[in-house]
Amino acid sequence: MPQLLVIAFSFGYLALLFGVAYAAERRSAARKSLVANPYVYALSMAVYCTAWAYYGSVGRAAHQGLGFVGIYLGPGLLAPAWWLVLRKIIRVCRQQRLTSIADFISARYGKSAALGALVTGVCVLGVVPYIALQIKAIASSFVVLTGGQEAGASGAALFAAGTLAVFTILFGVRSVEATERHEGVVLAVALESLVKLLAFLLLGAFVTFGLFGGFADVFDQAAAVPALRQLFTLKGTGTTGAEWLTLLVLSMSAVLLLPRQFQVAVVENVDENHLRKAMWLFPLYLLVINVFVLPIAFGGVLRLGGRGFDADTFVLALPLATGHSWLALLTYLGGLSAASSMIIVETIALSVMMSNHLLMPLLVRVPATRPEGQRRWFAYLGRIALTSRRLAVVLVLALAYGYYAGVGRQLPLVNTGLVSFAAVAQFLPAVLGGLYWKGGTRRGATLGLLAGFGVWFFTLVLPTLVGPGRLPVSVLSDGVGGLGWLRPGALFGLDGLDYLSHGLFWSWFFNVGLYVGLSLAWPPSALELRQADVFVDVFRRRSLAEEITGWQGSTPLPDVRALLLGFLGKRRTNQALRAFAERFPDALSFTSDQLTVNSSQPSPTEQSAPSKLTTDKEKLTSSPVHQFTTATTSPPHQLTANAADPRLLTYAEKLLAGTLGPASARLLLASVAGAEEISYDNVVGILKESQQLLEANRQLHKQRRQLQRLTDELRQAYDQLQVLDQQKDEFLYTVTHELRTPLTSIRALAEILADNPDLEVEERQHFQLTIGREAERLTRLISLVLDLEKFESGQASLVRTPLGLAEVVAEAVEAVAQLARERGTELRVDVSASLPSLPADRDRLMQVLINLLSNAIKAAVPGRPGRIAVLAWPAADALLLCVEDNGKGISLAEQHQIFDKFFQAQNQTMRKPEGSGLGLAITKKIVELHQGRIWVESAPEQGARFFVELPLAVPARAAAPFSPSFLP
Amino acid sequence: MSTPAILLVDDEPTIVMSLEFLMRKSGYQVGIARNGTEALAALSQTPYDLVLLDVMMPDVDGYQVCRQLRQNPARAATKVIFLSAKSQPADVQKGYDAGADLYIPKPFSTRQLMQKVRELLGNE
Repeated sequence: MPQLLVIAFSFGYLALLFGVAYAAERRSAARKSLVANPYVYALSMAVYCTAWAYYGSVGRAAHQGLGFVGIYLGPGLLAPAWWLVLRKIIRVCRQQRLTSIADFISARYGKSAALGALVTGVCVLGVVPYIALQIKAIASSFVVLTGGQEAGASGAALFAAGTLAVFTILFGVRSVEATERHEGVVLAVALESLVKLLAFLLLGAFVTFGLFGGFADVFDQAAAVPALRQLFTLKGTGTTGAEWLTLLVLSMSAVLLLPRQFQVAVVENVDENHLRKAMWLFPLYLLVINVFVLPIAFGGVLRLGGRGFDADTFVLALPLATGHSWLALLTYLGGLSAASSMIIVETIALSVMMSNHLLMPLLVRVPATRPEGQRRWFAYLGRIALTSRRLAVVLVLALAYGYYAGVGRQLPLVNTGLVSFAAVAQFLPAVLGGLYWKGGTRRGATLGLLAGFGVWFFTLVLPTLVGPGRLPVSVLSDGVGGLGWLRPGALFGLDGLDYLSHGLFWSWFFNVGLYVGLSLAWPPSALELRQADVFVDVFRRRSLAEEITGWQGSTPLPDVRALLLGFLGKRRTNQALRAFAERFPDALSFTSDQLTVNSSQPSPTEQSAPSKLTTDKEKLTSSPVHQFTTATTSPPHQLTANAADPRLLTYAEKLLAGTLGPASARLLLASVAGAEEISYDNVVGILKESQQLLEANRQLHKQRRQLQRLTDELRQAYDQLQVLDQQKDEFLYTVTHELRTPLTSIRALAEILADNPDLEVEERQHFQLTIGREAERLTRLISLVLDLEKFESGQASLVRTPLGLAEVVAEAVEAVAQLARERGTELRVDVSASLPSLPADRDRLMQVLINLLSNAIKAAVPGRPGRIAVLAWPAADALLLCVEDNGKGISLAEQHQIFDKFFQAQNQTMRKPEGSGLGLAITKKIVELHQGRIWVESAPEQGARFFVELPLAVPARAAAPFSPSFLP
Repeated sequence: MSTPAILLVDDEPTIVMSLEFLMRKSGYQVGIARNGTEALAALSQTPYDLVLLDVMMPDVDGYQVCRQLRQNPARAATKVIFLSAKSQPADVQKGYDAGADLYIPKPFSTRQLMQKVRELLGNE
C-alpha cells in the first residue's frame, strides 16, 4: 500500500483518539462522565491484550499450537478472585491515596523510599523492553503493510514513539495530583480495545469463512499437513506441564501487577462495584479475541508457508497476499490500537512512579533555605513534580526506542513479554503478603525483591543477550566464570525445566524465602506495624476516624498549611481543609482567616489566578467552617500557637501522597514540617487499643443483633398470646352461650311450675322430666368443656390396656342403640374379633366411638332411613376404623373445620340443630393422644366416612415416663 | 278486638314448649316455626301481632327474618321481640337495627317476658 495513505490513516486514527480523549475530559469536567460505567472499565482492562496478543499469539500458535492460550487462561481463571484481592487493593489505594504499584509496596512496608525506588527500577527495567516490543510491532506492521524495507521501520518507530509521547503528556500528565483520574485516556483506551477486538474478529472471519470454508475446513486442511497436525494435541505443541503452569501463574500475577493493569484496574477505578461486571466481561473479551487465533495461524501456514514470512506478521500478510489491502489496513489499525494503548498507559504509570520514587524523595530532603521561603520552595517542588513526570514520559519512550533500536529487533514478540511478566511477578510475594500477612516487613520485602530481581536478570535476561552477540555463548554452556552451577539455564544444576519455569522458580524461591525469612527474623518498625494494620484490616475500618495517626501533635499548624498550599495550590488546599473540618470539627480550631491565605503573601498559584481568590473567599465566608469557628470563642493569639492535630497531619500526609507518593510525603512532613513520628511503643499500644476497640465494636454489634432477635421473638410471642387470648375470649363467649340454651329452658319451666300450682299431673311430670334432661345436658356440656381444656393444656393422660376392638365397638353400639332406634337408623357392625389387640384407653376410645356414632345418627336426612356401618381392618402397624353413614354429608370447606371446637358457633348466627360443637374437637384430641390420625371423606348429600387410624405399637413417649432421648 | 296472635320461632323444642304453654295460658293464639324459613312462610301467610324470635337458627337467622318482615308494609303492625342467648351489646344493637321492638337475652324471666308481651300488645 502507498506509504502516505498508511501514514495518513495512522495519524487520522490517532487524531480520533485525541478527539475522544478531549471529549471525555470535557464531559468529566462537566460532571457527566462517559467513563463511570463497568463496560468502559472492563474494556480499559483489555489493555492487557497488547500487540503481542494481536500479532504474537498468531505467531506462537503457528509454532506451538494451543500454547498461546496460557497467558489468557490465567487472568480468566483468576477473575473470580478479584472481588477479594483486587477490591482490597482498590480500597487500600483509595484510602491511602496510592497511585501505582510502587506506591502500594512502599506504603505497605513503612513508606520506604528505598523500596519504592527499587520497585520503580524493576518496573522500568522489566517493562521498557515490553514497550519497545510495542514500538517494534507498530514499526514492523507498518513495514509489512507498505511493503517497504526493514530500514524504514526505524523511522516509523520514531514517529510512533513521538506521537504517543505527545498524547501521553497531554492527557496522562496534566495535573500534579496523580489521584485524579484520567478519563480521557481511559475512554481512548477503551475505544482502542473495542477497535482491536473488532478488527481482529473481522480478519478472523475473513480468513475462516472467506479464504476457507469455515472452521471445519481450516482444521481439515491443517490436519493434512503433518507439521500442523502435530500442533493439534497438547503434547505435540511442545508445551510441558510445568510451562503451562508457569504461563498461568505468570499471567495471573501480571494482570494484577503490571503497571498498566494497576493503572486501569486500581487507579482509574471509579466504583468498586464495577468489578462485578468486569469480573466476567474481561475474561469474555479474552475468550472472544482468541477464537480466531488458530484458524489465522493455520491459514497463514497453509497459504503463506515457505514464502519466508514471519508468523508474527500473518495477520497482515494474509489479507495483503489475497489482495484485500483495505482489510489489511483495518487490521493494521487494530494492531496500532493494541500497541498504542499499552504504550500510553504503561508510560503514564511509569512516569508517575519515576517522578514519585526516584526524583522526589531526593528533592524533599533538601530543606528550604529560610522559613519564610518555605511556601515558594514547596510550590517549586510541586512544579518540578509535574515537569519531571513529563520528562519521564519522554525518557521512558526514548529508552524503549533505544532498546528497540539496539537489541529488541531480533526478539520474537512473545518472549520479551513473558520475561517482562516474570519481572513484575517478583512483586507478588510482597503484595499478597502485604495484603494478608501483618508480619511482612520492609527488610524482607526489599531484600526478597532484590534477590528475586537479581535471579530474574541472571536466568531470564542474560540468555537473551547472548543471541545478539553481546555475551559469549560460553556463559550459557559453561556458566559464569566457568562455574558449572552458575549456568543461567540450569542454576545450581537444576536441569530439565524450560527456560521460563526455571527462571520463575529460582527467582521466586529466593524472593519468597528472603521475604518470609527476614520478616520473621527481624521485628517490624512502628510505622511498618501501623501500615500493616491499615492494609490488612482495610475492610474492617469504616472511616478515617478509626485509623491510627502516625504522628504526634507538635507541628505548628501554619507549617502544615504552607506545605499543602505549596503543592496543591490555594483552591485545592482550602477545599481539602474544609472537607477535613467537616469530618472532624473538633480537630480544627483555627479561624477562617487562617484557613485562607493571607493576601499579602501571594503564592504562585494565586498569581496565576487572581480572580479566583475573591470568589473563593466569598464562598468561604459562608462555609460551615466559618460558622463553626465564629461559634467558638477562643482568642486568636492562642490559635496561632496551636499545634496541628495529629489527625490533620495524617490527612495532609495522605493528600501529599497523592501528589508525591507515600514515601516522599512522609519524608516531607517529617523533615520539613518538623513533625515527630510516633514511637514504636505508642504504635503498639494504639494498635492494641484499636484492636480492642474493634473487638468491642464487634461484640456490641453481636449483642445488638441478639437483642434484636430477642425483641423479635418477644413480639412474636406477644402476637401469639394476643391471638390465643382472643381465641380464649371467643371460646368463653361460645361456652357461656351454649350454656344459656339449656339454662333458659330450665328457668322457664321452673318458673312455670312455681307459678302454676294447678297444673295437671301429666303436664307437671313432663315439665319436671324436661328440666332434668336439660340439667343433664348442661352437665354434659360442662364436663365436655373441662375435658377439652384438659386436652388442650396437655394434662390429659391415657390409661392404656390391650383392647379387643370388636368388643369396644359392640359396647359403643349398645350405648347409642336407643338413639338409633328412636331415629329409625339401621346400624351394621363388621369388626372381626380376630383383629390384633389395641393398646388404648378404654374409656377414651368409647368416647370416640360414641361420638362418631351419634354424629352419624344425627346426620341422617329427614325422611330417609339412616344406614350406618362400622368397619375395621388392620393396616401397617395400625388398625383402621371407619364409621360410614348415608346422611347429609359435609362440604369440602367444612371438612377442614369440623374438628375445630365450636365450629358450629363460629358461623356466628347459624347453627346446626344438634350437638354441642365440642364432640369432634375432643375426639380428635383423643385420637392424637393415642398417636393416631382422624380424617373424613364426604360430599354434600353423599354421606360421610370418618376414618380413625390407631397405632398397634405403643410409642415409647406415651408408654414411658421419660422420653428415650434421656436414656443412655 | 280479636285474640292477639303470636308466632314463636326457635329451634330448641323445650324452649318452644315452655313459651307455648305461657302464651296459651295468657289466652293468645300461638303459631310455631322451628327455623327461619318456616318463620318467614308463616309471617307471609298470617298477620301475627307479635313474634318471639330466636337469633341462632340452622338456615335463616333471626336478624334476617326481622329485616324481611320490616320490609313488608302489610306487616307494619307486627311487633318483634328477640329472645337470644347472644347477649353482648353488639348483638343487642344488631337486633334493634334489624327492627326489633325489644331484645331480651336468654335466660329470661317468664314473668318479665309476659309483662313485656302484654305491654307491647296493649299499646296497640
